[in-house]
Order: sequence, then structure tokens, then C-alpha cells
Amino acid sequence: MLQIMEGSHAVAEAAKLCRPEVVSAYPITPQTHIVERLADFVADGELDAEYICVESELSALSVCLGSSATGSRVYSATSSQGLMLMAEVVFNVAGMRQPIVMSIANRALGAPLSIWNDQQDSISLRDAGWFHLYGEDVQEMTDQHFIAYKAAEQHDVLLPGFVCFDGFILSHTYEPVDIPTQEEIDAFLPPYVPYNKLDAKAPLSMGMYATPDYYMEFRYETDAALQRAGDAISAAGKEFGEMFGRDYSTHTESYRMDDADVAFVALGSICGTVKDAIDEMRADGIKAGLVKIRTLRPFPAEEIAKALAGVPTVAVLEKNISLGSAMKGAVGPEVKDAVTGTGIDVYSYIVGLGGRDIRKKDIRGIAALAEKGKGNMFYGLRTEVL
Amino acid sequence: MALRIGCAAEPGRARDNKTGSWRVFMPVVDLEKCILCGNCILLCPETAVSENDGQILFDLDFCKGCGVCARECPAEAISMIQEEK
Repeated sequence: MLQIMEGSHAVAEAAKLCRPEVVSAYPITPQTHIVERLADFVADGELDAEYICVESELSALSVCLGSSATGSRVYSATSSQGLMLMAEVVFNVAGMRQPIVMSIANRALGAPLSIWNDQQDSISLRDAGWFHLYGEDVQEMTDQHFIAYKAAEQHDVLLPGFVCFDGFILSHTYEPVDIPTQEEIDAFLPPYVPYNKLDAKAPLSMGMYATPDYYMEFRYETDAALQRAGDAISAAGKEFGEMFGRDYSTHTESYRMDDADVAFVALGSICGTVKDAIDEMRADGIKAGLVKIRTLRPFPAEEIAKALAGVPTVAVLEKNISLGSAMKGAVGPEVKDAVTGTGIDVYSYIVGLGGRDIRKKDIRGIAALAEKGKGNMFYGLRTEVL
Repeated sequence: MALRIGCAAEPGRARDNKTGSWRVFMPVVDLEKCILCGNCILLCPETAVSENDGQILFDLDFCKGCGVCARECPAEAISMIQEEK
């Protein structure tokens, strides 16, 4: 049933429907409304979970890791500096193969301090071993939570996942959203069956010390599991589509890519603006298209290469910056690598950092620059303050 | 020892983790000089040194090449030789 709902509340509803047994999170803008709402659910008896209050994000994810190790389904949410404070545990969760799902309301990183949106926080942790899903609108980011748990808990995956969505732009926006019923989600997402769990009757240690003779093989296995997570996300997305009519069987979504001369690649809420800009550009005879990335990890290189085949110029819109790198963005080099040898020109454009608006005319401006071969740059700088 | 998902392990022994791969220098004993005092056996941090029938033996699965045996040998019978691996 469609309901008008704030993005954060829709995420909280989704998390509740997944029946987590432990929730531990620390409030941080712009994620706060999610855990506030979950605290309400627990207090009101709507969610039968342990809601564990902690004094920091480091503790929040540590509690989640310990709880997951006991065989519980676990949920958390954070943003920005909170994710950075969790970073040590983020890597350990993946190495210990605990299928925690965590919502990331994307927000810029300091300094300078900013509460506004970009995707620097989650993208900075793209190498941690978690899978990354990015939602374009409230419906998509809500649905991705169900898919994330389903994929994470497969025994050939057993990896944690981020469900990322743009802070404020999506977390605080009211949109019509279809929230499934508990019965429907129970049919889609079975109870979690742990592979390993802490049990006093069968003692086990997790996250053990590995000498140089073993460490590399553990990392190899985690990478192999993350590659398999791609198939699990697709399979869960396909099954979700069959049950609910919203298909997520692909890691990317192509918009008006037939005969495109310039293709945008982007993640998250910016894709809505890009689609509108493309419609206007097409009306003016400019053949533009979009490849939206839903799954950033594992990186869907083959799918992206197929989607971009035959397009001469690609502009990657980056709400992040890999400071000091040649292309400036973090996603651009991976897109470029995916199309190596095809002659396609790939450029990164740093846009919308720290919450700066990205308008349709900016999208047009970027297309014009890309077609001239100018890229790997900030777009929309206020040169008067430099 | 096969890897177990999640870096998990049941109670076991430290000896499951062989430390020989850490070694750069290998101890070699000169039995002409050795007085069989047993210092090397007593002091080896990996208990990788043993004696059998007058022979000092180094368990190279565990010897880390730390050189404590050579340093503490009162007869200076042990040399640390760079190992070609």
C-alpha cells in the first residue's frame, strides 16, 4: 500500500520488517530519524529486538559485531563521521563474515564540517569488504534493505552490506512509498541461519590471528565471497521483483542509452535530476543517456561495459573526491577500467560536494565539456571565493 | 589446516601455526664445538630445539631464526646462516 512517508521512516519500517534481533546505533545527522523511529518501535512493542544504547559509533558497530557473532540478525545505521569512527570495526565485520546490514545516510566528511550530502563517507570505505547498494529514491532505498539481508545471509556470501542513500535529499524527503506487509517480507526473507556462532557448548573464537602463512588466503576468500555477493544481490533482486513488481535483478539501470552520444554514470538521488536533464537534452537533439549504478561493490564491470558499449563519451558524476588522484573521482577510474580497450573516453566530474545543489543546467554543462574532451575536474566551483 | 569462514577457530594449539616461514637466518650447529649444555633447548622461544643421541636438532617448521640460541651458546657452536628459500 502506498503511503506518504519520510525516507528515514521508510527505512526504519523496512528494518523493522526484516525482524532484526539486535539494533545498536548512535544518532548522527542525517541518519537520526531512522534509529529514533526504531527505538520507538522497540519501546512500543512493535519490534521484538534488543535496542542497545551506546556512547559512540565505534561501540555501536562493535555491539553489532558481537551480537551477529552469536547468531542474531543485526541492524545499524550511521552517517559521515560516525562511519569513520566505526571504520576499524567495519573491516573486522567483513573479515569475520558477519552479515550485518547498515544504512548509510550519505553525508560529507570534515573538515570543513558539513552536515549536508555527498557520498564521501561510504565511498571512502569501498575497500572494506562490505557490498554497497545505492538507492535513487525512497522506494528503491527501502526495497534494498530487504534485498541486502537476503543476499548477505546466503551461506556462500556471509558478508555485510551498506544500503546507501543521500542524506537529507532522500532521508528527509516525503515520497509515496509502498511498504510491504510483515507477512510478505516473512515470505521473502526467512529467519537467519548462522554459519558460525558463539556457543558456550561448542567453544569457538572468531576473528582469529592469522600468521603470514594464512592471512592472504583469508583476504582472497573474502574477495571471492564479495564477488559471489553480486550474484546473490541479483538473485534476491529478481525474486523481490517477482513478489513485489519492482525488479532489482541488475546492478545498473540504463536510461535512454540507445544511440546515446554522451552517457552519464551516477549513483543515488542525482540520477533523478540527470533523467530529467536527459529528457530536455533529447528534446533539443542532444543524444544523452544515463547508466545508474545501484551496486558499487562488487563493482559490476561487465554490466557497465555492456551498457556503455558504443557510446563515445562517458561523464561520471562523482559526489566524492579521491583527493590527490589523477581522475579526482573514485568511481571514474573503475568505469574507465571496465571499458579499457574500447576507445570510450571516460571523465570524472566532481559535483555537489557538501550538499551543493546539482541542477539540470549543470548536467548539460558537463555533457558539453565531456564532448569537448575536458574532464577530470571539479564542476561548479565558485571561482570568486578562491 | 584449512581456512574456516570468518577467521573462526575451535580451541586448539598454538603449534597449529607454524612460524618457520618467518625465518631469514637459519641456525647451524658445529657439533665439534657443541658441549651439549642444553642452553639452546632451554632458551628457544619456540621450543624448536631438541637433542637426540648427541645431535642438536632444529625444527625448521617452527624456528623463526631469532638467533637467541646462537647468542646464548657458551661454546659459540651455533652460527646463523642466511637461508636461500
